[in-house]
Amino acid sequence: MCAVLAAVLGASLAGCSSTGGKRAEDARAAQAAGGKAAVNTPRWTFAMVTHSGDGDTFWDIVQNGAQQAAVKDNIKFVYAHDKEAQRQSQLVQSYIDQKVDGLIVSLAKPDAMKDVVLKAEKAGIPVITVNSGAEESKAFGALSHIGQDETVAGEAVGEELNKRGKKKALCVLHEQGNVGHEQRCDGAKQTFKGDLQKLYVDGTNMPDVQASIESKLQADPSIDAVVTLGAPFAPTAVKAREQAGSKAEVDTFDLNAQVAAGLKDGSLGFAVDQQPYLQGYEAVDLLWLYKYNSDVLGGGKPVLTGPQVITKKDADALQDYTKRGTR
Amino acid sequence: MSHTDAPPRQPARPSKSAGDERLLHRSLARRLMGRPELGSVVGAIAVFLFFSIAAEPFLRASSLSTVLYASSTIGIMAVPVALLMIGGEFDLSAGVMVVSSALISSMFSYQMTANTWVGVGVSLVVTLAFGVLNGLLLTRTKLPSFVITLGTFFMLTGLNLGFTKLISGTVSTKSIADMEGFNSARALFASHLTIGNVDIQITIVWWIVLVAVATWILLRTRVGNWIFAVGGNADAARAVGVPVTKTKIGLYMGVALAAWISGQHLLFSYDAIQSGDGVGNEFLYIIAAAVGGCLMTGGFGSAIGAAVGAFIFGMTSKGIVYAQWNPDWYKFFLGAMLLLATLLNAWVRKRAEATS
Repeated sequence: MCAVLAAVLGASLAGCSSTGGKRAEDARAAQAAGGKAAVNTPRWTFAMVTHSGDGDTFWDIVQNGAQQAAVKDNIKFVYAHDKEAQRQSQLVQSYIDQKVDGLIVSLAKPDAMKDVVLKAEKAGIPVITVNSGAEESKAFGALSHIGQDETVAGEAVGEELNKRGKKKALCVLHEQGNVGHEQRCDGAKQTFKGDLQKLYVDGTNMPDVQASIESKLQADPSIDAVVTLGAPFAPTAVKAREQAGSKAEVDTFDLNAQVAAGLKDGSLGFAVDQQPYLQGYEAVDLLWLYKYNSDVLGGGKPVLTGPQVITKKDADALQDYTKRGTR
Repeated sequence: MSHTDAPPRQPARPSKSAGDERLLHRSLARRLMGRPELGSVVGAIAVFLFFSIAAEPFLRASSLSTVLYASSTIGIMAVPVALLMIGGEFDLSAGVMVVSSALISSMFSYQMTANTWVGVGVSLVVTLAFGVLNGLLLTRTKLPSFVITLGTFFMLTGLNLGFTKLISGTVSTKSIADMEGFNSARALFASHLTIGNVDIQITIVWWIVLVAVATWILLRTRVGNWIFAVGGNADAARAVGVPVTKTKIGLYMGVALAAWISGQHLLFSYDAIQSGDGVGNEFLYIIAAAVGGCLMTGGFGSAIGAAVGAFIFGMTSKGIVYAQWNPDWYKFFLGAMLLLATLLNAWVRKRAEATS
């Protein structure tokens, strides 16, 4: 691409980079799989409706997992999302109206979703819940729930912090009022032997996230661990730590390419991954298994996709997968 | 939007002399009293004193540099937003435009494997074009800027997501930290200087420069008079020969320019950009300008006031953290402090007007 650009603009003017960029990625690539169906079952349509906000990295990976399972299972996969529970339920309703063959929904606000999930079952559409809603899933008549128990994930963080001899941790919440976020911090608080404090930051404003963490670390220099609840905030916390001149270790929930790189170079301690790819992939695959073979996994209990504690030694292997958006 | 077609209230004062009334001699005290930022300065001092007492770490040099950094990231945008408000218009697309600008330079550099400076340049051109688009739509359609920029706000939000997903395959951009030109661009947009043992983020320098330039434009140039005039009464301004259309387009380009600077800061500070970021930040800029004494109806305000407004916001939002108050109440404290600062601001100005 840059060669073309150079030809058009003149080599010096185009100012191509000989390091990094798309060309390096292409050279690295060698992407796997041609994207062919592995089965010859009818082409069913499965719909997924989540409570994701716009441009959420985490849900992007869930979607990638679902899409790849759909290709393999010869499924037509459709996706919609809205972070407002009421509009999310309207989206589910619209898929019921379209008579899809299977539904995958996240139950971040279960009460708002109850009616529409029951409606889907009444219409004969099998439902699988993902990510949030482990407690309600069965009561609402869903086949299975696939996700991570946020409290359990939080507990894993608390234990890992103990193992690392931390005394005072900071839990950085990037969405005030998110139940899952509170559960994570509370879970960590339960198992962590030291003191754990919460800090709310404005998740859509990175400089603000940085300045807030910075000021907290300056206000309390005894903090020796900072736990962020989303991967994009971990590198920001690292910057804040440097600016504040603090020695605190930065750890995080979830994973992305920057976190994998951070684990590798030692700027991050550990990451707790709930493997979002699995949540999307398994949801589609289990719906397919149900349609094809009446199989149900989990026996009414949630199927857990995490927590998986990732440290420096795993980072190398995962780095390529994070770059292609599946981990 | 005043009902008279008198000259703008600020900085020009009614005068019988035929010459430039700004050249008339007035005492320093009286001139200070007439400044739109007077009240907000008092508010800022009050907030500063409050947190100096309430939060022990607040007065440390390192803390102040953090507060200044937080203020500067809002303040850089608050400057052109204040000018725009003085000119009688709003820009709701300012928050996402920052992210658009960062996305454009990141993705252009990455996809074209170009030197990052090329991406930075392309981003400047495209971002300024957004500004021109806002201005043209506004002046051509004569619809309220609230509606026009709400439309461009949604469009940019969608474009940010759509293009990023289409081009990068994920919702955030790839890291460009290993590309040529990254380090020099980072030096300009996201470095920090150490003066003594105090760490100064480069955004603070950008901020001060922008405030100085905007203040000069407002108070010392013809364009400054045009801005006050179109904000005071556009029809009257047009009648006396002020190029209203050009002025308004220029104001939107000013917002775009600052969005570009902020966007490049985001990019070179954090390597990779989340395409969903920036939504809601437009209000912070408007808040900073309003707290700093810019009238929501146009025709009155100052760039220094907007800077003080951003500083009040930065002090308050970080001061609460330094004070280690219960975080559940964070937003409440933030709102209450801002309200108090603004009330004090209004009260001081009223007193000043009464005595001047």
